[in-house]
Amino acid sequence: MNLIALTPLDLSLAAALVVLLALLSRILQLGIASQLLVAGLRTVVQLLLIGLILKSIFSYVHLGWISLLSIIMLLLAGREVMARQKYRLKGWWGFGLGTLSMFVSSFSITLIALNVIVNVDPWYTPQYAIPMLGMMLGNTMNGISLGQDRLNQSAWQQRVVIEARLMLGWNWSRAISDIRQDSIRTGLMPIINAMAAAGIVSLPGMMTGQILAGSPPMEAVKYQILIMFLITAGTGFGTFVAVWFGSRRLFDERERLRLDRLEVK
Amino acid sequence: MASMNQLKVKDLQILKLPPWSFELSAGESVFLSGPSGSGKTRLLRALADLDPHQGDMSLDDVSYLGMTAHEWRKKVAFLPAESQWWCVDVGGHFNQYNSDLLQQLGFSKETMSWEVARLSSGEKQRLALLRALAENPEVLLLDEPTANLDDKCTRVIEQVVEGLCRDHGMAAIWVTHNASQVQRIARHGWVLQGNAIIRQDT
Repeated sequence: MNLIALTPLDLSLAAALVVLLALLSRILQLGIASQLLVAGLRTVVQLLLIGLILKSIFSYVHLGWISLLSIIMLLLAGREVMARQKYRLKGWWGFGLGTLSMFVSSFSITLIALNVIVNVDPWYTPQYAIPMLGMMLGNTMNGISLGQDRLNQSAWQQRVVIEARLMLGWNWSRAISDIRQDSIRTGLMPIINAMAAAGIVSLPGMMTGQILAGSPPMEAVKYQILIMFLITAGTGFGTFVAVWFGSRRLFDERERLRLDRLEVK
Repeated sequence: MASMNQLKVKDLQILKLPPWSFELSAGESVFLSGPSGSGKTRLLRALADLDPHQGDMSLDDVSYLGMTAHEWRKKVAFLPAESQWWCVDVGGHFNQYNSDLLQQLGFSKETMSWEVARLSSGEKQRLALLRALAENPEVLLLDEPTANLDDKCTRVIEQVVEGLCRDHGMAAIWVTHNASQVQRIARHGWVLQGNAIIRQDT
């Protein structure tokens, strides 16, 4: 292994670039400078924390601790999915649906992958389970969040059209079907782009990391392909769940469009 | 076509509006008027079960709760003041239509291939009426359907609805501000005033 360890100075230099960007956006009054800095700070703190946790979990393999960590990761992901949406479902529905979608997109797919494809023994070996789950959560979150956001926003903007269809006696599902299709497409677009561009326009992050850390390129490539497919499947299924249940929630039992169930941020 | 005998509405109530009870027989055409902002559209929307409300409604003694909401809305159709279009051409908005009505409204088969973007407001509203009638509703709710139209177009719409009431037993409820229109379309109706809905003859 020809791994070059990074010093705090190396990381500070990279951080300085983000601060510079924040400064620029303050000057241009983009209104995202503080968000940028907070997000950057969160990256550092969260990653250091997870590093510490992984270190201890790797040295003490126990299903209970691994499950606990996974569930915490899932709940946080569920919250993040809804956090930056402009129009979102009120109350527990927003968080609940986000969490359910992330469960479908990440938990189920990671479980299948660990048991059937990678076939490690025991299947919950943390060196495989935690990074894979984390990668699934992180990457499928995007699509689910985009799909849900698009759904709620379009329903809000096209309420008169949806209601005009209801007035013609269309059922709720048909009245919103084009918006639903559009939302699923929006959710899947980034991962389709990523697959299409993989290796040509961009070298995917995981593969780059593995190669930087000294893995043989072909091994890194195989893992990358596996992860790409898993992320695509996860994003797709998760977005279906989020958009389907999300669109149902926009109507009540009498098929009335209930935009009062959305809150505007 | 329509085969209803009676629409019964009992204590229909929405928001802070007074409760509304009435019966409407096949072929009847009535008006609903009142100052703007008084809640006429709200009442029509409640009749089409588009908003949460209290009270009961039934068609020939079958409660609206006895059928799915979209079945109810096929029987109790709603023509809004401003029509909505989502396909490029007119035909995309029709699964079926009555070709006699198409002609009465001043169109021909070719109209179905017209672009929606090129329609005048009068053409739009006449086509919206044809669309609202596509499922042969038993009751038609009209929410100021002629507010922005010229006299000729207004008369065509009035005559088509009148014909359906007379010949096919459809019932119609018109929301309108226009006093002379009230005279033409209805013998009686309701006026929404403050905290009461008052029956009135024309």
